Amino acid sequence: MKGIHLMKGNEAIAHAAIRCGCDGYFGYPITPQSEILETLMEEKPWESTGMVCLQAESEVAAINMVFGGASCGKKVMTSSSSPGVSLKQEGVSYLCGADLPCLIVNIMRGGPGLGTIQPSQSDYFQSTKGGGHGDYHLIVLAPNSVQEMADFVGLGFDLSFKYRIPALILSDGVIGQMMEKLRLPAFKPRATEEEIARDCPWALSGRTGMRPQNIISSLELDPAIMEKRNLERHERYRKVEATEVRYDTFMCDDAEFLIVAFGCAARICQKSVELLREQGIKAGLLRPITLWPFPKKAIEGYCRQVRSILTVELNSGQMVEDVRLAVDGKVPVGHYGRMGGIVPTPEEIVEALKKNS
Amino acid sequence: MNRSNNNSIIAPENLVYEKSKLLKDNVMHYCPGCSHGTVHRMIAEVIEEMGMEDKAMGVSPVGCAVFIYKYINIDFAEAAHGRAPALATAMKRLRPDKLVFTYQGDGDLAAIGTAETIHACNRGENITIIFINNGIYGMTGGQMAPTTLEGMKTSTCPYGRNVALNGYPLKITNLLAELEGTCYVTRQSVHTAAAVKKTKRAIRKAFENSMEGKGTSIVEIVSTCNSGWKMSPVQANQWMVENMIPFYPLGDLKDK
Ligand SMILES: Cc1ncc(C[n+]2csc(CCOP(=O)(O)OP(=O)(O)O)c2C)c(N)n1
Ligand code: SF4
Ligand SMILES: [Mg+2]
Repeated sequence: MKGIHLMKGNEAIAHAAIRCGCDGYFGYPITPQSEILETLMEEKPWESTGMVCLQAESEVAAINMVFGGASCGKKVMTSSSSPGVSLKQEGVSYLCGADLPCLIVNIMRGGPGLGTIQPSQSDYFQSTKGGGHGDYHLIVLAPNSVQEMADFVGLGFDLSFKYRIPALILSDGVIGQMMEKLRLPAFKPRATEEEIARDCPWALSGRTGMRPQNIISSLELDPAIMEKRNLERHERYRKVEATEVRYDTFMCDDAEFLIVAFGCAARICQKSVELLREQGIKAGLLRPITLWPFPKKAIEGYCRQVRSILTVELNSGQMVEDVRLAVDGKVPVGHYGRMGGIVPTPEEIVEALKKNS
Repeated sequence: MNRSNNNSIIAPENLVYEKSKLLKDNVMHYCPGCSHGTVHRMIAEVIEEMGMEDKAMGVSPVGCAVFIYKYINIDFAEAAHGRAPALATAMKRLRPDKLVFTYQGDGDLAAIGTAETIHACNRGENITIIFINNGIYGMTGGQMAPTTLEGMKTSTCPYGRNVALNGYPLKITNLLAELEGTCYVTRQSVHTAAAVKKTKRAIRKAFENSMEGKGTSIVEIVSTCNSGWKMSPVQANQWMVENMIPFYPLGDLKDK
């Protein structure tokens, strides 16, 4: 079929970046996401769209290159996996402090430390609660298919530029490595200098036309001004929470038992819901697509309908805390998780739900 | 002297010096006698003389010069400590027609930012690095820097730098001159009028190299931090001439 491709999730991200008008990618190799950098280098987009691609000397350098590119109002991105994302946290904090848009991709692997190259979802806390120092949030998108890996590149950039908040695609080794068919996004040219000047009047470009000086900075020593800057940023966070929550549901209309899972765990849970339904158990699945902003209201809404909730995560229980906050004790909330790179089977989730209910 | 003679001093044809239009009127926060202010002036003058104010994009360090953007009226991004060359790399690659430079202290460039510095130079990024080597961490109150001389006292080596404990003062500029990616590496100072003139010429040459795409240019400026060194400005200049410059000799290390 025309327009349908078969590729890995990581490759989909690279192709989507070229197609969505990305100006620059800066990265450092790490499993299980090196295909992003490798695909870009093979595609040579600097010859077609003019997109800059550079293998940096470290994740620290890569995220700071992103800072430099974002300072110029350019659409720039980086990708890594858990240990590399830890190294990026300094830069992420500075990007948030300077209110710069950009896209970061984390194809999670198990930790802590060097951990394992197998898939995991153990960076949920780091991704949704801040990660680096300071009081900030990222817009966190959690794809569960190769199609969404591609789609969320453009979406991430759009949201990030709309709110001047860095966007993070939080995925894992399963989605990054698996091959699926997808439709690549339509080709969109890179922004012209005129468009950047119009849409990002704060961007560095030299004082063209002798306009007033632009300064990109996260520093302010006057506490009154600093608090104001923080409050303004948090106002944008409230706006994002009010308007940008995204989630998906599967067989929830008449559900008596709700599973909440994101990313690859949600893919597996979909099968578990089908198995449970075959056994006459009315289960449903709610899949947060934005992990921040978190679909609190949607989950809270199901408390009037369901008898219990189970979160399924590839970690020791992280998102479950946000679900419990949303539910606020109205129904019991349990957690089922596997760690160390183990991916649970649909059947063991069925058993876990039966135990939880 | 009569009144008309007095006025002739400020007659336009008699002016020998004018403040650069790119220097803002903000009162500098630098200690009197500090080299930073003088180097800022050189940068502003060179950019103005080259007519590059609409092309220049600077990257400020974490160090005493963190507020350089309050004094020089051009676009600036402020980097995390040591990361300026990484920012500059992307800025120049994404805006190749612009003049991109970093301004960094010895702690910023030769300690926490060593990797970013070496790799930007090794890639031959078409940027200029202005490196203020005052042998100390000025901003944080006078701690030991990688460039602190042997025996030199700081708050974290109060008995003098002991190489057995702290290693050797790092001549990082010599190291950078070895890299294929650098085109111009020079060491200057600003403690006399003649030295200031030379520094200004060096900055101009570096900026021209960056615009011509020749590779990375580094202008190290052996500087004083009289507060950190706990000396008067005059003593600091003298101490620099007697101790810093013999170890960090002035002149071009590379010009290709
Ligand atoms: C990550 C990080 N570590 C430490 C500091 C604290 N700090 C601020 S400036 C500085 C050293 C500055 O020394 P130098 O680069 O030599 O600049 P100078 O002030 O001497 O011009 C340090 C350690 C910081 N801001 N960020
Ligand atoms: S502390 Fe040193 S480097 Fe900083 S302003 Fe004072 S003299 Fe200059
Ligand atoms: Mg210093």
